[in-house]
Amino acid sequence: MISPEMIVYIAVGIMTLAMLMAMVRFVKGPSVVDRVVAFDSLTISSLVIISVIAMLSNRMIYFDVAIVYGLLSFIGVIVVAKYIQKGL
Amino acid sequence: MEIMKLVGAIMLLMGSFSLLISAIGLLRMPDVYNRVQTGTKASTLGAIVSFIGVGLYKYDAWSDGNWIGRVIILIIFILLTNPVSSHVLMRAAYFMKVPLSKLTKVDKLKEDIDNNVIKEPGNE
Amino acid sequence: MKTKNLIVSFLVLMIAWLLLNWTIDPVNIVIGAAISLFLSVVFCSNCDLFTSINLTPKAFAYTFMYLVVFIVELIKANIDVTKRVLSPSLPINPGIVKVKTKLKSKMARLILADSITLTPGTFTLQVEGDTFYIHWINVDNEDVEKVTEELVAKFEKYLEVLYD
Repeated sequence: MISPEMIVYIAVGIMTLAMLMAMVRFVKGPSVVDRVVAFDSLTISSLVIISVIAMLSNRMIYFDVAIVYGLLSFIGVIVVAKYIQKGL
Repeated sequence: MEIMKLVGAIMLLMGSFSLLISAIGLLRMPDVYNRVQTGTKASTLGAIVSFIGVGLYKYDAWSDGNWIGRVIILIIFILLTNPVSSHVLMRAAYFMKVPLSKLTKVDKLKEDIDNNVIKEPGNE
Repeated sequence: MKTKNLIVSFLVLMIAWLLLNWTIDPVNIVIGAAISLFLSVVFCSNCDLFTSINLTPKAFAYTFMYLVVFIVELIKANIDVTKRVLSPSLPINPGIVKVKTKLKSKMARLILADSITLTPGTFTLQVEGDTFYIHWINVDNEDVEKVTEELVAKFEKYLEVLYD
């Protein structure tokens, strides 16, 4: 008998695998832009994992952490892009 | 209502598969532009489906907690910010001349810059 | 024009406040309305971002239809990209193509460029007036009119009604 909790744990495992693969690209990436793209992908996966942790541990405050983290990473990507194009 | 939990968990599983496929694309694609096509943007749908799954899984907290509002805010937020950041990043990559892969068939933007139809944004 | 701008920005801020708080306590609503009014007067009394939105019933119906079309396109494009990523020979055919749009207002062009960027397989690389330069993962022809027909026309016919 498969319970919903078990499916959730399997999904979190698959997301962790995806984060590991993005981490390979982050270490290997030939140019700066590759690393920023991998960082963006890691951010989205970790947003989903934070929301799953909020769901499982039943604490709503973690959702606010996810919202603020997404905002900060958006600003970070914009700043890096502006920097590599014409300097700060 | 066990069925709502089951539907939410299955949507989480589908979203995690989408994230995995985008990570595989991030590893396999030959240049930066194609990595963005699969890497950050295929994961948008995966993230949205996963957030909907989280919202459905917590059906018993819809009345008191603010789960559903937070979930909607996160989905709208990802839909608004993701295209902007990937567009800005790729525009910066193109104008700092990160090379396109050898598979690329046509580059209309370079042709137009060479023929002086449009100006290349300089480092003013 | 200025009042419409204020009304739309006030509504956007107010909806965000209500979603974050998720309560209909009168004190809470009054505080949210005061903050939203202050922010929209300070930051959006001079911008012309929202002036081109049509606030008619037909426009609301078209917004809904646009969302449905957009979600269907998003799912179709995701399935297509999934096939390309998982097949062993990596059948990609990338290139940068040029399309021309007939939308006039800034907001409509912004929504169109965002929609093109959000569907996997295409993203907007540069915008010059009415010309969009699009990186496309599967270029099958390079002619401007045909590419416009294939990538832009499905979104454009709804956005024409929404913004003038």
